[in-house]
Amino acid sequence: MNNAYLDIIRIRFLTMLAYRVNYYSGIVIYAINIGAYYFLWQAIYGDQPTLGGFTVAQMTTYVAVSWMSRAFYFNNLDREIANEIRDGSVAIQFIRPYSYLLVKMMQGLGEGLFRLLLFMVPGMVVVCLIFPVTLPTSPQTWLIYFVMLVFSFLINTQINMLTGLFAFYVENNEGMMRMKRVMVDLFSGVIIPVSFFPGWLEAIMKWLPFQAITYLPSSVFTGRTEGGMALQVLGLQVLWFAVLLLPILWIWRKARHRLFVQGG
Amino acid sequence: MLAIDVEKLQKSFRVQKNREGLGGALKDLLRREYTEVEAVKQISFQIPQGEICGYIGENGAGKSTTIKMLTGILVPTSGKVEVGGYVPFKEREKFVKNIGVVFGQRSQLWWDIGVIESFHLLRKVYRVPENDFRKRLDELVERLQLGELLNRPVRKLSLGQRMRCELVASLLHNPAILFLDEPTIGLDILVKTEIRDFLMGLNKEYGTTILLTTHDLQDIEALCSRVIMLDDGSIIYDGSLEKLKSNWSKGREIQFQFAHPVKKEQMDSWTEGLNVQWRPENDLTAKMWLPHSVNVSEALSRVVGAAEIRDIKIFETNTDEIVREIYQSEKVSS
Repeated sequence: MNNAYLDIIRIRFLTMLAYRVNYYSGIVIYAINIGAYYFLWQAIYGDQPTLGGFTVAQMTTYVAVSWMSRAFYFNNLDREIANEIRDGSVAIQFIRPYSYLLVKMMQGLGEGLFRLLLFMVPGMVVVCLIFPVTLPTSPQTWLIYFVMLVFSFLINTQINMLTGLFAFYVENNEGMMRMKRVMVDLFSGVIIPVSFFPGWLEAIMKWLPFQAITYLPSSVFTGRTEGGMALQVLGLQVLWFAVLLLPILWIWRKARHRLFVQGG
Repeated sequence: MLAIDVEKLQKSFRVQKNREGLGGALKDLLRREYTEVEAVKQISFQIPQGEICGYIGENGAGKSTTIKMLTGILVPTSGKVEVGGYVPFKEREKFVKNIGVVFGQRSQLWWDIGVIESFHLLRKVYRVPENDFRKRLDELVERLQLGELLNRPVRKLSLGQRMRCELVASLLHNPAILFLDEPTIGLDILVKTEIRDFLMGLNKEYGTTILLTTHDLQDIEALCSRVIMLDDGSIIYDGSLEKLKSNWSKGREIQFQFAHPVKKEQMDSWTEGLNVQWRPENDLTAKMWLPHSVNVSEALSRVVGAAEIRDIKIFETNTDEIVREIYQSEKVSS
């Protein structure tokens, strides 16, 4: 691989480091979110031992792990891409001998790695100290989880790219980006595990890529999905990754012909 | 060999029409209406290697659109375009290694990182070998006097400093063809001159082909052997700047400084019969405007014979004025 892409990851990582206040406030926000959901679920469970197939302990771990993995896969590429299209600076990207989308993805990865190392890891330690989170002991689970996390990132990034690229077609895709954000948070299972959805919605979710971002990997990590099933989950992620490539490449190719550089 | 070969190049955009009022907005919501705008209409020109060519025209004439097609950013609607042996919008990644582009109005450096970091990233993006890169960077840094700027982040540079850095950024991979879209916009005269000298040197030494758009005709006068003038998407002039001037300037002005005060009536009487106009500036100086049809030596000799003269200056018609006139009269036969 061209090591310019590695450099792009590194530069984004360093840029993130430069904005320290963002970083600290991010930790606080995530801690509050995890805490809030922890107490909310405590209240919902009351005396019941299981809900939607989750025990209280599993739910606590699920919430913590889901939020922490969100720290890694979350990025604002949709907004970045849409802004660059709207202000015309995407044009500059065409005069470079690299792939714009790949560059964007690497920037997202730089951001993700930054949060993984400086945010997710220390955050997880803190969360484990405060809340009764039980982490898996088998190294295999950890390994497969990290592979899945990479695919969570890829799939989420692909969805972001698709949303961002819509700026080529509509003058303002702000509403779309907001809708996407809510949809990803809700349907991926960060807020509520997909198994809590009504049957019909759960059935629909099976045919959408969102659950592959959080719900499925977190279920593997919390031990609800095991062994061969876990590999099946990974396979599903790979499948979604491949499927989502098609519309992105298609839109990108079409967009090249539509490109209308704003501001002359 | 031709650096740039363009034939019947055309670009049209579909622009959304916004209808008026609430009713219009509701109609727009259901069914959009578009108007076809032809930004560039069937233009043809060839630029040989090593030429510096100025590309001028009013705002919205289609200059930037052309540049964007030549650099592979936009896909033409129809026509042929070949730059450095490539069709820009096909094989884009290979093609752009061969060209450098500077947009005066957009930065292509990374905003948050130091200038030198940007350059190093570009080295990797263009896969320039470390040794070549060092040599080239040192040379460019020296010529454009960037020395102490290299470690600053781009967002802390002044416009002039940034522009010089942009030039370096576009040249690190030693491109054969350089596109400049309003490279001197908003710069002070010192930086402008510096950039012009630099571009001239670049062209002489490396034979870099340069195509630049500008609104500053002094750029053109200082650099370009050839001018292409665009109006409303069509080429209205393609040729040397000299020819443009002689075709279009209607005359010249001569300024006299007299030893003794002279009245306008006196001046008029000296040049009676000649189709010239006098414009006194003060008691001792006056300007005489004479069209090309009037013989300069005859007019001069009449004045010199009649009055004691301290100083004479001849002014060619200013290119700005010529171009303004062309823009106003729209069509020219070249």
